Formats: sequence, structure tokens, C-alpha cells
Amino acid sequence: MFEQNGSVRIGVYICHCGTNIAATVDCKAVAENAATLPGVAVARDYKYMCSDPGQTLIQQDIKDHNLNRIVVASCSPHLHEETFRNAVAKGGLNAFYMHMVNIREQDSWVHTDKKAATAKAKDLVRAAVRRVWFHRPLERGRVNIHPDVLVVGGGIAGIHTALTLANAGKKVYLVEREATIGGHMAKFDKTFPTLDCAACILTPKMTSVKAHPNITLWTYSDVTRVDGYVGNYKVQVTRRPRYVIEDLCAGCMQCIEACVFKQPKFEDEFNLGLGRRKPIYIPFPQAVPQVALLDPEQCIQFKSGKCKKSCVEACGERHAINFEQKEEIKEIEVGTIVLATGFKTFDPARIPYYGYGHYPNVYTSMEVERLVNASGPTGGEVVLRDGRHPKSVGIIHCVGSRDVSTNRWCSRVCCMYSLKLAHLLKEHTGAEVFNFYIDMRTPGKMFEEFYQRLLNEGVHFIRGKVAEVTDWALDPTEEGKLVIRVEDTLSAFVRRIPVDMVVLATGLEPQDDAQEVRRLFNIGCSTEGFFLERHPKLAPVSTFTDGIFLAGCCQGPKDIPDTVAQAGAAAAEALALIDAGFVETEPNSAYVNEEACAGCKTCIPLCPYQAISFLEDRKVALVNPVLCKGCGTCVAACPSAAMQQNLFEDEEIFEEIKGVLSYA
Amino acid sequence: MAAFSYFPGCSLKATGVAYEESLLTLFKILDIPLEELEDWNCCGATSYMAIDEEDAFLLSARDLSLARQAGNRAVLAPCAACYLVLKKTQDYVRKYPKIREHVAQSLAAAGLPMMDGVMVRHPLEVLYNDVGVDVFKEKKVRHWRGGPVACYYGCQAVRPYDEVDRPHNPTRMDELLRAVGVPTVDFSLKTKCCGGSLTGTIHDVGIRLNYILLKEAARKGAQAVVTLCPLCQFNLDAYQAEIRKQTGEGLNLPVLYFTQVLGWALGGDYKALGMRRCISGADLVKHWFAREEVETYV
Repeated sequence: MFEQNGSVRIGVYICHCGTNIAATVDCKAVAENAATLPGVAVARDYKYMCSDPGQTLIQQDIKDHNLNRIVVASCSPHLHEETFRNAVAKGGLNAFYMHMVNIREQDSWVHTDKKAATAKAKDLVRAAVRRVWFHRPLERGRVNIHPDVLVVGGGIAGIHTALTLANAGKKVYLVEREATIGGHMAKFDKTFPTLDCAACILTPKMTSVKAHPNITLWTYSDVTRVDGYVGNYKVQVTRRPRYVIEDLCAGCMQCIEACVFKQPKFEDEFNLGLGRRKPIYIPFPQAVPQVALLDPEQCIQFKSGKCKKSCVEACGERHAINFEQKEEIKEIEVGTIVLATGFKTFDPARIPYYGYGHYPNVYTSMEVERLVNASGPTGGEVVLRDGRHPKSVGIIHCVGSRDVSTNRWCSRVCCMYSLKLAHLLKEHTGAEVFNFYIDMRTPGKMFEEFYQRLLNEGVHFIRGKVAEVTDWALDPTEEGKLVIRVEDTLSAFVRRIPVDMVVLATGLEPQDDAQEVRRLFNIGCSTEGFFLERHPKLAPVSTFTDGIFLAGCCQGPKDIPDTVAQAGAAAAEALALIDAGFVETEPNSAYVNEEACAGCKTCIPLCPYQAISFLEDRKVALVNPVLCKGCGTCVAACPSAAMQQNLFEDEEIFEEIKGVLSYA
Repeated sequence: MAAFSYFPGCSLKATGVAYEESLLTLFKILDIPLEELEDWNCCGATSYMAIDEEDAFLLSARDLSLARQAGNRAVLAPCAACYLVLKKTQDYVRKYPKIREHVAQSLAAAGLPMMDGVMVRHPLEVLYNDVGVDVFKEKKVRHWRGGPVACYYGCQAVRPYDEVDRPHNPTRMDELLRAVGVPTVDFSLKTKCCGGSLTGTIHDVGIRLNYILLKEAARKGAQAVVTLCPLCQFNLDAYQAEIRKQTGEGLNLPVLYFTQVLGWALGGDYKALGMRRCISGADLVKHWFAREEVETYV
């Protein structure tokens, strides 16, 4: 058999993981069984192998027993492979002589029958013992980190990330799909619990982005392709035409003034359809960049080609308007990527009994943000769709959240923004305001105090999930009103509360295209569709793809303070990589046994990373180990078994299979 | 169109006989063959389900099995309670092996085949999906003479199974009626409770629920209520005199089956549509429908 440094001497270590493994697997029996296997010099079980004493145990055994192979049976390699590789290396052995067996996630956590789970652990350990016979010493490669960063999404998360990185001297590309940065926060009126004006705290940051010499801002743009790997991503960004040349437009708005549509006619997206705009427009007064854009679906020139083009005339010498503008493709190279793609709000039309879309005076919370905003479509005056001013308002919490028939999760921000809107609506209209809640959730700095303030302001709080919003009137007091029917669970009776205006506190959801974005960047999603962090506690901004980080609500619902904190953390993680200058790579790349290679080129088009080239002089394939991600596709496809892969050699895999199948 | 196994249930032979009359008339006009299921039995309705669910399934399973034996694959169940119980039996037999076994054994003991594969249909959904709104527009031969109506769907036909219409905001009856020129009001209580059997057990509560429905329909400007369930029709129709006496409000609305209204628009006969069986608003019904002339136009 394969021999190196004399004979093979294996040390086997079975971890109890407290009771995580030991409660379901008889660790002592597994160790005793391992001790009988060929090549095993020492086999032990220990309460926590990952602890310092656990690691020292391995290092001591390497010296005392002259070990040259190590098997650790414990948790997932995701968690502690690095730990044990380092321990083995410190003990004087090549780190890749160590192999890890997962008897926690793949055994003790998923089984209840202790006897069977123990048998399974023995099989898995036997497989690993047979495998490590064939391990060879390997060296890690190094990959340099390109210092530029791509930030996707220009809401508050993306803005804060970009500014942090740019202030640290890094070059940042900020890509936003809308015509302006600012995201949802730009639409808010005030922010809880301090009632800071959202625009006052956000717009200075937006203008800093535009002015920052280290930030390249591309709005109205999409990331359309991502290639490469940590440190060396090649990204394609497609800039959609806005039919106004960004560098030439001064944001003077004379084209808008001059447009042949004298009155704004079209639904204004920024004001969620509550206001109107012209075919050529700037989304909102503080938009960044302060550049007009043209909607070709509505512009007469695009529709008929027969417009008198008074906008072009008004623009005059600047020549900023260009009906011929085409989309523009940008290719950039970056080392790290931060995704800050945000969320969408729940569509309340999915809950027909709350009447959204049916009764005009039922609003979503985002619509109310615009309605109370001084720069909103009504100038901050709360006028209902039927022209009345509300004398009573009902705010329904948890719309679309915490419900098995819609979304199960708590959207975290709705209780607090409902309190804020209650305060603002009362302040603006003097109306009587009712909040209908399931539970009040106000954990956060000064949040509970804000709730107490609202209670003192005389806002009503009724605990109960609203059954329906309806217009059927039982008596004259309900005539012409929206009636909220709810079981008041604190006083235990059913109430009917007639109001003029209903506000639905809609929850937060993943963006519609979250799945496509996930695939584009090759990261994971949780079952709800939010992007998956590498570890919920210990790696909350990392993803399973090295060099890609998360910030803000694309990872899960959160408020502005948490979003900004996470954005800062994502920037710091990216900086840590950039400043280290390089990362070490897994030595699991494929390689070609040139003597066996027939030069058939089967492997070359199969490689997703373009890592294989062909040496014309020697007529053999060659793998670039830096580009190779170790996926194994070429290895499986090679008809002459010339393609092999480090850490997954044929012998290693066959021995592993034999081990797991030989019942002893 | 393929023939249906028509399952009348008890209501359409008794309190809801106008439903049967108008249904048969309408389907004849539309040339959809109906064959009454031979030797059908009680569906068990909700009351038997409440007492002994497991055995209650056997009643409707037998009816479904008879339909299968008759070679007609689809059962037409106009009564909302029958429809729901037949659907529920099918659903539970499919989902729960224990119930399935019990049903299979019992049917086998009676020498009957297993009831798999039999479709259960409601006339509203057949008229909407298989016939279609456009056909009603084409085949309409009479101008509507009455005022606006409130379409009332009740609970059992639309919940929990959603094949008849959307559970919370059904509109298909409204769409069909509007197709033949009948104006309908936005009736917010269209799926709320009519009291069901409460009118017989806790009478006051049952009457109150009916009062709420009728009052809201009238408030919205409806001059009649149109329904698809014999129990709803009976509750709303039969107690209006009592409601008038109790509340002093002059509610007197005809309560019609949608098959009556559609059948009349397509040229059905006053008598053949069971119009004379209306209790409330009988004068109005006569005024709207009794004149004989048929106005035909292209």
C-alpha cells in the first residue's frame, strides 16, 4: 500500500460536542472500533475536540505516537475544518493529512436511534480511515485581492457601504437600478423613534456619494454578468438609456417645464401613484444624480415621431436630450462585492378582506409616508382619495406578516413605523387614531419610550387581529365610513370601529427578482427568499461565496439603524480582505496526468471557470490552479481518467466508498 | 356537452324546489343534458359530519360511487351544502389513508366501486367556465325589467374549496348576471353567514344575521337578493315578515336563485322557473317577470 515517511500511522479523534453528538452516538464505542482498523495507531473520544485541550491532544499524539494521518469525527467541515487543519499543521504535519468526518449534522442531529446512529458513525469513520491512507501533502495557493469594490443597490445600506469604503481610500462602483439612489428611505417622511426628517439625514449622504472622487455611481443600471472568484471578479454592468446624457444634463428642469404635456399626466412611481409626472421627469427634488430621464412608453416622440420636441429646444446648447441613446455595457474588475439590494413591501391586495384596491380610502403605509411628506404629492396635507380629510384613522399592524397563509416572519419594522405614522397623522390632521396590533414589538434604543409617548398622546391601541375592513353599516354612525371589525382580545368582545381612513402596515418581503440575483452572484437564499448569511450569529454579513457580502434588508427585514450597522460591517469585511492583499485558496484544484491525456479536449468547454487550456505543442490539457474552483466536472468527464483532483483522487474516493460499505 | 349526474339532495326536492325547476329549465335552454342520479341518498350535510365524521363520509361516498357506476364522471351538486360535503369527502379520502380504507371497505361491502375520479361540479362554475359569459350575452332574449340586485354567495360554495369562485371576493355570479343586463351592487356581505340552521335552533341570532344581510343589500340599493344556495335562499326569503314585525323596517326583497334570473333572461317560462314560489316581494316578482311577452333581438 501507499507509504510515505515510513508506514502510515493514523490518529482518530471522536468528538462528543458536549451532548450534541454523545447523546445519540456512543462515541467511546466508535473510538474503540476505530482502534481496531488497519493503520490506526491511536483512537480517542473527547468532550470538545475543537477546544484548546482537544487540539493539544492531537498535537501531543503526533509527537508521542509518531502519527502521520489524522481523522477527526465531529461537526461539519464548514465549521471546524480550518481549526483542525491549523492544529495539525502546528503539530508539525501537513494540514492536508487531516480528514474530517461529519457525525453531527449528518448523524446525531438527524437520527434518534442511538444504536443505528453509532453504527453509522463507525461506518463513516472507517471510510475516512481508509481514505487518509492515500492523502498527500498539499500546499495552498494564493490569490491577490483586487482593491476595487462593487456595491449593488443604492438604498441607505448601499450608500453607507460605498461611503465607508470610499472614505477608506478604496475605489467603489455603486450600481443602482432605479434612476436615483436613496431607495425606500428617500420616500419616508420621518424616522422612528427620534422623528428625524428622513430626507434631512439621507440627502447629504446621497450628495456625498455623487461628489466622492472614489465612487463611480451608475444609476438606471443592472449587473448583468458576474464571472471570476474572490479577489478577481469580472462584472458586466448594463446601463439602460435614460435618453438624457448624464454628463451634459445640469438638472435645470427646463425640459420638464417645456414638455408638450402641459399638465403632469402619468403615474408618479416615486409617490406610488398618488401624484402625477410628465414623460420627462426627475424622480424627486433631491434625486441623485440630478438628471432628468425620459419614459419612452409615454413620450410622444417615441410613440409617433411627430412631437415638436420642445424639450430639446429648452435644453438648447447643452444637447443633453438624445432620443437615440442606446444601452451601454460596462466591464469592470473588482475584488469584492457587497449586495445591498433591499426589499419590497407586501402587496396587500393578496388579503382581499382588508379591502386594498377595493375601497379607495385604504392605504399602504408607504403611501401614507408620501401623503404626510411635505414634498409629497399633497404637500403634506392628508387628503383622502375622495377629497375628504380624515377625522379618524385605523392602522392595521402585521399585514402580510406573522401569518401562515402569507409570510410567517415578523417584519420587525412595522410596529415602530405604525407608531410613527400614528403620531404624524394625529399631528397633521388631529384625527382620532386607532392601532390594531397582535403584539407590540418595540425592542430597540428609545423604542419602548416612543410607544409610551404615543400612549400618552391619546392614540388608541386595540389588541387583536383585524377580521376585515368593510363598508357595511349597521347604524347611522357607520354610514359612509370604513368599518374595522376586530376581536378586542384584552376585553374579549368583538368591536366595530368606523373610521375614515385605513392604513395597512405592510410587511417586508424579498425583492421579486431575488432568486435571479442570487443565481447571478452564486449565493444562497433562505426558505423565505432573503439572501443567506454564512452564519446567522458569527458571519452575519458574509455569504458562502468568498468575497461577496450582504448589507441591509436583502438579508432579512431590519430598521435603518440595524441596516447602517450591517452596511458598516460589510464594508469592514471587504476592507479586511483588501488590506490583507491576498487570500489562500483550497488546494483542491484539478490537474492533468499528461501521460494519460489523449488531447481530446472534452474537458475544456465543460469548465465553468475557463480554467483549462490546451497545450498545442504537447497536445495535452492544462489546468490553471488559480482559476480552478475544484468543482470536479472535468474529472468526471475525462474519458481516459487523465484528469485528477487534489483531495478527491480516485483512490481516495474508492477507498472511502469501500470503507463505508464494509460492515465490520 | 357531456351529461352530468344531477344530484339534487333533499333541498331541491323540498324548500328549494324553485332551484330545481329553474336549473332544469336553464340547462335545457343551454342544451346541457342532466341525468338525475338514480337511487341517490342524503349527503349527510354538516349535521351528520358534526356527530360522526367517519360514518358521515360513507353517505356522500355512496352517492359518488353511484355516479361512477352510472358512467357519468361529473356530479352536478347545486346545493351548497351537498357540494361542500361531496368535495370534502373526496378531499379527505384522498388525503387520509384511514378514511380511505374505511370508505373502500364499506363500499365494497355494499358491492359498489370505489368513488375515485368522480368530478364534483357546481352549476355556477359550470355556467361560468364551460358555458362562459359571452354565451349568455349572445343568448339573452329579454331585457331586465327589475332594479339592481345583490349577489349573495354564502359560505359553503366558496370556502374552503375555491373552485366555484374566489373565497373572499367571489364575482362570477355578478359577471354572469351583468352579462344578461342585470345590474349588481357592490355587496360587501356576499360571503357572510345567513345563519344556516340557527334560524331553527337559536332563532333570534339566526333572524339577526338575516336582518343584517337584507338591510345592507337594501342600503346598497339592491331591490332583490340573488343566491346560489337553497338554505341561504330559504333563510332570507322566509323570515322577512318576522323581521319587519321585529324591526319595524319595511324590508321586502325578493330572494331569487341565480338560475331563475339567468333562465328568465334566456327566455325561460315564469312557471317553469319556479317564480311563483317566492314568498317575500312576491308582488315585485310578479311585476318583473310575469308578463308573457318575449322580446327577441339580434
